[in-house]
Amino acid sequence: MAKGKTFQKPEALSTNHTHYCPGCTHGVIHRLVAEVIDELGIRGKTVGIAPVGCAVLAYNYFTCDFQEAAHGRAPAMATGIKRVRPDLIAFTYQGDGDLASIGMSEIIHAANRGEKFTTIFVNNAVYGMTGGQMAPTTMPGQRTTTSPYGRDVTLTGMPIKMCELLAALQTTGYITRQTVIKPKYIVKAKKAIKQAFMYQMENRCFTFVEVVSTCPTNWGMTPLDAIKWTEETLLPYYPLGEYKTPEGGTTDAK
Amino acid sequence: MAKVLMKGNEAIGEAAIRAGCLNYFAYPITPQSEVAEYLSKRMPDVGGMFLQGESEVAVGYMLFGASACGARVFTTSSSPGISLMSEAISYIAGAQCPAVFVNIIRGGPGLGGILPSQGDYFQATKGGGHGDYRLLVMAPASVQEAVEMVMLAFPLAEKYRNPVMILGDGLIGQMMEPVEFPDHLRTEPTNKDAWATNGMDTRNSKKSNLVKSLYLDPKMLNDHNLHLKSKYDQMKREEIRYEAYNADGDYKILIVSYGTMSRVCRTAIDMMKEDGLEVGMIRPKTLFPFPEKAIYDAAVKESCQKVISIEMSMGQMVEDVDRCVKGRRPVEWYGKCGGDVPTPEEVIGVIRGLL
Ligand SMILES: Cc1ncc(C[n+]2csc(CCOP(=O)(O)OP(=O)(O)O)c2C)c(N)n1
Ligand code: SF4
Repeated sequence: MAKGKTFQKPEALSTNHTHYCPGCTHGVIHRLVAEVIDELGIRGKTVGIAPVGCAVLAYNYFTCDFQEAAHGRAPAMATGIKRVRPDLIAFTYQGDGDLASIGMSEIIHAANRGEKFTTIFVNNAVYGMTGGQMAPTTMPGQRTTTSPYGRDVTLTGMPIKMCELLAALQTTGYITRQTVIKPKYIVKAKKAIKQAFMYQMENRCFTFVEVVSTCPTNWGMTPLDAIKWTEETLLPYYPLGEYKTPEGGTTDAK
Repeated sequence: MAKVLMKGNEAIGEAAIRAGCLNYFAYPITPQSEVAEYLSKRMPDVGGMFLQGESEVAVGYMLFGASACGARVFTTSSSPGISLMSEAISYIAGAQCPAVFVNIIRGGPGLGGILPSQGDYFQATKGGGHGDYRLLVMAPASVQEAVEMVMLAFPLAEKYRNPVMILGDGLIGQMMEPVEFPDHLRTEPTNKDAWATNGMDTRNSKKSNLVKSLYLDPKMLNDHNLHLKSKYDQMKREEIRYEAYNADGDYKILIVSYGTMSRVCRTAIDMMKEDGLEVGMIRPKTLFPFPEKAIYDAAVKESCQKVISIEMSMGQMVEDVDRCVKGRRPVEWYGKCGGDVPTPEEVIGVIRGLL
């Protein structure tokens, strides 16, 4: 019925309404992943792995096969998938509590083994789902429900920079940090996600796209203020860009 | 097929291959590291896959991910490793995926020791991980039986879409015995297209599959648990396995014992028979489901005065034996769990003390 150019929902996204809060970037990231899956025509062989965190119900929004992991363990599950079915495309979708705290061991070892899956790492500097507790990526001085006086780095250390950490491994990989808080960033983020899936399809390397994200609800900000705070506070500490690309040149994603 | 002399751990690895399981994830731990050593050599020969995970936590989830896309998978470990896998075991049971776990038990708690023990009876049969789930648990008493149980474990895990555990002790893993391998299993996991996340293209479907254990709605979670319970009830109807030894005649004492410990008891029973003392034994081969009726029936036999659970643990199985006997006979316990297996003479002394 629709004529001309209408706003279309990617096939890889379902018609379900998401449960994410207004101004949360999870929805945008879902859409980018779904568009990439569509464009690469891989929906029929893709298995997503949902984390424990706000995105635990991600499988309600994607229309490909999905597994639901325990907190932090998605990279081990993706390893299981790719080791027995290297022809499938697997991606994990994980928050910062999930990936950089409880699941640190799983992500580092999967990356170091060069497992051929893609991780979408949503870094919103806080534990969203459980009500805004401190995360390993919480900024110095940032108030959370478990750092009510602001994160004291003398007691809890500095925020962990996952891209830098993973890029330090000697194994090849594709490691990049993006954000989706403005259209100009969204275009780049999508390109990076596509690049990651393409490397996976070529069986090249472990692929990791960090997306610096917002959590207006637990930051106690309006969506607009959250974007501003991301730009002024998070991005200087978490610089965007490519931290590692596989040897032998890139297959450019458009 | 001719008999070959093999160490228990290696035979377990070979049995999995013959059961058509070509996917093995593991983390080294005494006394079962020989399985990984054997399979790291053997898997490439048969086109199989072995990956040494970074921890038993990760190995548990590698099994989960692989099993959830329809592959036959297994792992082997020993007590502390199984504790770490217990999180994944709970998720796998909750998400209804088949997988086989072999626990070659060592002494505990904590780091315990590396010698044989049966101290993980509760962990295997009553939980270990969180939530209302059960494992189908089989306990071999010989290398031959370990082979047969491993080969049976895969079809059973697939029949129930539930993890199956083989509970051996260090002796089963370490001893060399002649074994005869049954024919290769020719079966494939059936019906996996209905649930496995094996990719929509693989199963020519337009409908995606989802493997999960989260049910936020209380009614749905209750229904889910009722469904799981119905599977455990079906196991109780269909999968109970045990051996009755010297249980036809008029025995005065009934022993309940499993695994390596039951072999010692068998020798003791033979020795006591020569001296004119009749002692019977029920040896559970499945610890869950437990041979409840067989134990009850054997306990209430007129000649039987007492029942004793003899185990390499500090009184774990005895709680189940006591439950089965329903107060009809006194139920005693004898056990040791430091790593020394009680001798036949020791068992005889204990039995005579009961009379
Ligand atoms: C083993 C375990 N520990 C703790 C929890 C509770 N829990 C659920 S989500 C979560 C934090 C999620 O935060 P993050 O990964 O940053 O994702 P977000 O919700 O911000 O998207 C925690 C601690 C759990 N489910 N399992
Ligand atoms: S709590 Fe935060 S991360 Fe979770 S949906 Fe709301 S805004 Fe998004």
